[in-house]
Amino acid sequence: MNHLPAPAGQGRKMAAFRAALPYTLPIFAGFWFLGLTYGVYMQASGFSFWYPMLMSLTIFAGSMEFVTVNLLLGAFNPLQAFAMTLMINARHLFYGLAMLDQYKGTGWKKFYLIFGMCDESFSINCTAQVPPGVDRGWFMFFVTLLNHFYWFFGSTLGGIFGSFLRFDTTGLDFVMTAMFVVIFLEQWWKDKSHEGALIGLGVSLVCLAAFGADGFIIPSMLGILLLLTAARPRLERKEGGA
Amino acid sequence: MTLTQQILTIGAVVLGTMLTRFLPFLVFPADRLTPKFIQYLGRVLPGAVFALLIVYCLRSVDLWQGSHGLPEAISIGVVVALHCWKRQMLLSIAGGTVCYMLLVQLVFV
Repeated sequence: MNHLPAPAGQGRKMAAFRAALPYTLPIFAGFWFLGLTYGVYMQASGFSFWYPMLMSLTIFAGSMEFVTVNLLLGAFNPLQAFAMTLMINARHLFYGLAMLDQYKGTGWKKFYLIFGMCDESFSINCTAQVPPGVDRGWFMFFVTLLNHFYWFFGSTLGGIFGSFLRFDTTGLDFVMTAMFVVIFLEQWWKDKSHEGALIGLGVSLVCLAAFGADGFIIPSMLGILLLLTAARPRLERKEGGA
Repeated sequence: MTLTQQILTIGAVVLGTMLTRFLPFLVFPADRLTPKFIQYLGRVLPGAVFALLIVYCLRSVDLWQGSHGLPEAISIGVVVALHCWKRQMLLSIAGGTVCYMLLVQLVFV
């Protein structure tokens, strides 16, 4: 490894690209699998490849894109779609809070860095050690761009080749359930107190029983916010004492 | 849904996603402290939201009819077991999905 000062122009971008690429390789594997599955899933739900292609470009939030398939298959309700997106992607708010300083001084790239701040881009950009002599702004830019590209390419391919699939895709939609179970587990292991997770589970199940499959989301969200707010003094004491 | 309704739905999702990503940068200048309540929500909300998402995925399962939610329960068990064992996200997701597809296509037909 040589520790030269950051070269100018094209060389500077190339150096940042070369530094960013290895960090994104695990995401490459994951996004191709999930992106392909997402594209195939959309195809199996009756949407042409234009849908996964354009949605992977514009939304670029994996779990939300899976949910959007369900939204598109249900009754037209953009307000609920908007509210659900806010709730499901609320975690981005906190990624943003963590990256306020890191994204500073990156010029026009800042807009794209924020636009493309999915879980994976955030994780790398937040934790990666940028090699000395490499421009941090361009490094984070290429991390985000590469992840965006993997996801876009995987979902488009899935959407195109989904129509040529000969095997029965019944049950493929379970991939979404499985993904959230895994994310839930990871979060469970990370949390010191499981009360938040249990409140989420309890409130959702009660609201599902009370309001039915089509109307339980918004009451659940309100209930979760309410109970989490009420539990705050106790939970913060627990966190402090842990 | 008509094409216009689909575009509006996708637009609402794009708008919501962008709002969650851009809002902190618009509201909180980097040189000021984040409110304590926002910090608290940032810590406890993810667990609750992912629980809600799992329930959302399973909202159409009928425990009293058909296969009584057994394929779902078994496959979630497989996901959890695989993930506790190897802790490899892709393996757990693929394993659980293949299990579910086999169950609904071959066993609980």
